[in-house]
Amino acid sequence: MVSHISRRRVVVTGMGTVNPVGNTARETWEGLCAGKSGIAAVTRFDTSKCKTKIGGELKGFDPLRFVSAKEQRRTDEFIIYALAAAEMALEDAGLKIGKDNAERTGTIIGSGIGGLATVEKAKILLMERGPQALSPFMIPAVLANLAAGQIAIRSGAKGPINCTVTACASGAGAIGDAFRLIREGYADAMIAGGSEAVVTPLAFAGFNAMRALSVRNDRPEAASRPFDRDRDGFVIGEGSGIVILEELSSALDRGAHVYAEISGIGMSSDAYHVAIPPPGHEGAARCMRLALEDAGLEPSQIDYINAHGTSTPPNDIYETQAIKAVFGKDTRVAVSSTKSMTGHLLGAAGGLETIITAMAVEKGTMPPTINLDNPDSECDLDYVSGKARARDIRAALSNSFGFGGVNVVLAFRKFE
Amino acid sequence: MSIEERVIEIITEQLGVTKEECVPEASFMDDLGADSLDIVELIMAMEENFGVEISDEELMKIRTIQDAIDFIKKKRGMVN
Repeated sequence: MVSHISRRRVVVTGMGTVNPVGNTARETWEGLCAGKSGIAAVTRFDTSKCKTKIGGELKGFDPLRFVSAKEQRRTDEFIIYALAAAEMALEDAGLKIGKDNAERTGTIIGSGIGGLATVEKAKILLMERGPQALSPFMIPAVLANLAAGQIAIRSGAKGPINCTVTACASGAGAIGDAFRLIREGYADAMIAGGSEAVVTPLAFAGFNAMRALSVRNDRPEAASRPFDRDRDGFVIGEGSGIVILEELSSALDRGAHVYAEISGIGMSSDAYHVAIPPPGHEGAARCMRLALEDAGLEPSQIDYINAHGTSTPPNDIYETQAIKAVFGKDTRVAVSSTKSMTGHLLGAAGGLETIITAMAVEKGTMPPTINLDNPDSECDLDYVSGKARARDIRAALSNSFGFGGVNVVLAFRKFE
Repeated sequence: MSIEERVIEIITEQLGVTKEECVPEASFMDDLGADSLDIVELIMAMEENFGVEISDEELMKIRTIQDAIDFIKKKRGMVN
């Protein structure tokens, strides 16, 4: 569908992230290009009874750089990670929110689950000490939309505020919604992305019950192995990825640095199953086509796809089939899964992968898929195996698919 | 540690303020930057520390540090 009004263009002007590979966007990018894994044995809780004992935890992250001890005690880590990522993204963009732009600057931060660790602790308190023992700050630490709420409070952004809760597509959904708000004129700048902090006993037990997680506990750094024959599930990662999106002319007017343009979005539903896409993943293929159409791009213009690539047995085959359905069965488009290094940040994944894809487009470098020692016979695309590749990227896609049959694909263009 | 000292210790912990700011007449809201949820949490900490119960009606009357100290002493039967 082409609007009769010429569309406003939307660009990425700032990025901030904390994730298992790095505590800044730069450290993350350098780590990914070096093929560094962020997966290790879980230290956060006692995993002796869990089938999965590995995960992607933050390393050396100091929350007190971003929040006071009082705030830290009262809130959930998914909110702290989001506050950290948003602060770094705003600083990177050099965007000052004041009287003249506050009402035109909004916030959308997705989270798949919200404050699960806080729920777990509160339930123990409730059982052991009764209902009077609960903190008045428990509910605001649990609610998934409070990452956006706290960022808005702190930054002074008074424009549209929202929270996408669409499982592993939450982060991409947030960025897609923010992109559309700017394009359609509801806002001029948006703080958008995702945050997740579920390295917790309940999340591990629940995802283990679904048989969704890798149990390669003896070699954590080799556990997330998208498209490899011996993959056995995804690895839970934690963190946040947040970008600053701006309408192009206002970004240029203030002399902002532009990483890349976001030029289209596709959204679709599988209407099929709670957790598993159908063979061929038609919903994903349709979603990629919609993103291309929205961006005014032909498949031949796409040089790189940042895959959903979870390292679960079904996803990687079906995503490969979907890419072939759109790009042709002999396509040579380069595809990589950076989840091989970061693990799966669930509701934050789309935020982090937007940063990675925008960076890839700007730098002309494709981060690799690591651990792809023996490609699955049904996974036969060019997965940028092992080593980062320098190659001009005119345009790229970032895929995110979530439980509930949610598909979101974002299209990026090199900004020139 | 006296009740006064312990109360001030709890306040500095919970509200992130300094001991110097904790003069007896300091108002939780006006001087120490607390909002209504801060006060609920603060009073919960005092209930737990001193083994007393403070009702929601009583909570409304606690405005200053001295109010809190007086209430705890009264609850513990230390003053009439």
